[in-house]
Amino acid sequence: MTDDSLRIREGVVRGSAIRFGFDGRQIEGYEGESVAAALWAAGIRGWTSDHAEGPPSRTVFCAMGTCQQCALWIEGVRVEACCTPVRAGLDVRTRR
Amino acid sequence: MSSLPAPRFGYDVAVLGAGPAGAAAAIEAAALGLRAAIIDEHIVAGGHAYRAVPGIAPVRSDQERTDGDKVRATLGAANVVRYFAHRVRHIERVEPQWHLQAISATGARAIHAARLIVATGAQERHIPFAGWERPGVMGLAAATIMLKAQRVLPGRNVVVAGAGPLLLLVAKAIVDGGGKVAAIIDAHPRSAWFASAAELLSRPDLATRGMNWYRALHARGVPMHNGYTLLAVSGDDPALHAKAAAVDRDGRIRADAPVVGYDCDAVCCGFGLMPATDVTRALGASHAFDPALGGWHVVVDDDQRCNVAGLYAAGDGAGVVGAAAAPWQGRIAAMAVARDAGKLGAGEHEARVRAAKRECVRATRFGGVMTRLANVGDGAVASLAPDVTVCQCERLARATIDAAMADGCTTMTELQAATRCGTGPCGGRICEESAARLITLATDRSRMDVGQFPVQPALRPVAGALPGE
Repeated sequence: MTDDSLRIREGVVRGSAIRFGFDGRQIEGYEGESVAAALWAAGIRGWTSDHAEGPPSRTVFCAMGTCQQCALWIEGVRVEACCTPVRAGLDVRTRR
Repeated sequence: MSSLPAPRFGYDVAVLGAGPAGAAAAIEAAALGLRAAIIDEHIVAGGHAYRAVPGIAPVRSDQERTDGDKVRATLGAANVVRYFAHRVRHIERVEPQWHLQAISATGARAIHAARLIVATGAQERHIPFAGWERPGVMGLAAATIMLKAQRVLPGRNVVVAGAGPLLLLVAKAIVDGGGKVAAIIDAHPRSAWFASAAELLSRPDLATRGMNWYRALHARGVPMHNGYTLLAVSGDDPALHAKAAAVDRDGRIRADAPVVGYDCDAVCCGFGLMPATDVTRALGASHAFDPALGGWHVVVDDDQRCNVAGLYAAGDGAGVVGAAAAPWQGRIAAMAVARDAGKLGAGEHEARVRAAKRECVRATRFGGVMTRLANVGDGAVASLAPDVTVCQCERLARATIDAAMADGCTTMTELQAATRCGTGPCGGRICEESAARLITLATDRSRMDVGQFPVQPALRPVAGALPGE
C-alpha cells in the first residue's frame, strides 16, 4: 500500500486505522491520533473558521489547546481539533 | 498560612497541571502523607515537555519518551487521585478551601482542597511576520507535539525558524521522520551560543545532545542562517515561500539587511516559552515582568508560595526554568504545603528541602540560558509592516494598534478596550507579547507599566461553549 500522508511511518507503532467524516469527505485516521493530526497528515491544513470570513487560514498553530484556531464542529460541539482524539465515524465539520 | 484549619472534606492539596512540576509536586505531597489530587486537561501525565498520546509510540524509545514514561509510572504508583481529561474553568476561595470547577466528557465536577499548587506550565512566545496567518504555518512547540507525540511531519520540506533549542530539536525530528529541512533561521548569531558555553556545560548531557543534533543537520547540508529572522511567508498552501532577513542584536531588520528565500511546504516558528499566568492572575497573586524568567510570572518566595494564602506555584508557570528544574520546584512546593499544613515540622522541612533547593539552582542554570537564547529583542516587532496581522482572532493589523496608540493608548487594558485586540477565542495568548512590545517601543514605558490583557473567564475554553460559537 502506498502512503502519501505526512505520517512518520518508520519506527512508529499506531492504533488501528479508522475513517471519519470531514465536510462530507472520508478521511483516514489512527486510534490515538488527534483530529488535527489526522487532517494535517491528509494535507488538510487550512479552513475558514465559522466565526471568520475570508480565505482559509492557519489552523494547527499551537497544537495544545491555546490558540483555538483549529476549532471545528465535532459531533455537533465546537471543540479544538488538536485536543480531540479521532474515532471511527466521527462527524467533523468546519461549519455548523 | 499555617493557621488554615484542616478541611473535613476534600483534599489537603490539589495540583493543577501534570507536567514535570505538577507530577513531582503530587508525588512528593503523597509521600509526605498529604491527601493529594492532580488535575490535567490531557488524558495522561507528562505535560508539553513529555507529551504522549496513548496508542502512538516509537518502536525505539527516545529520551523524552523514556523520561515521560518514568514520570507517568511514578505518578501512577503514587497515592494521588488523578483527574485527567479535566479542564478547570473556574477557581475560587471559599474558606477554608479552594473550590475548583472542572469539566470532563462526563460532565462537571467540583474539587475541593485546602491548598493549591499551580503548575500550569508555559505557552510559546510568538512574533508575527507577513503571511503568518497562512495554512502551513505552525509554532515550534506545535511542531514538537506533531512530531514527537502524533508522529506527523509539519511538511515534507520545512523552514524551521525563531530561536532557541527547539530549532535543532524540531529540525532533527523532521529529518529523522523522513522529511527535509529547507533551512534553519535562528535570530541569534552563533556567537550568542558560544558566549553561553559555561552555562550550557552545566548539563553536559543536554549540551552534547544539542551538539549532536547540530552536527547531524550540518552533515546533511541543511542551510543555517544565524542572526536572521522571518520577514514574510507567501504563496498558497502547500506551495509556500519563506523570506528571512538579517537582524541586529535587538531583533530589528535594518533597511539594507541581506535577505534569503526558500521554497517550502511548511513553516515552523517560535521564540521560546512564557509562563502561563492566567490562573495565578485570576486568583489575585502578585506578578512581575522579568525577561530572564520568560516575561510575566507569578511572584513566589523561596518555597514556591505565592502572596495569596494557600496558593503555591511551581515549574515554568512560576518563571520559565525548564523541564530539568521544574520537578525540583514541584517538590519544594509540596514540602512547603506539608509544613504549612502541619504535617512536617520546621526542622524536618529544612533538612528535606535543602538538597532539593541545591539541585533546583543547578538545574535552573541550564534552563536560564535556554530561556535567554530562545527569546529575541523587543525590536523584532519594530520592523513589522503596517498590514501585518498582530491579532489573528480579531484580524487586527499593526496599523490598527499604531492608530490606537496615536489616540493615547498606553496600556494593554486600554488597547483591548479600543481595538478588541486579545478578546478573541485565544484570549490574547498569541498576540499579547507582540502587542505589548509595540506599546513599549512606541511609548518608552516598561513592560511592568504596560501590563497584561485582563484575564478572561473561563480559565480554559470549555467544550460546547467555546468563544465564537
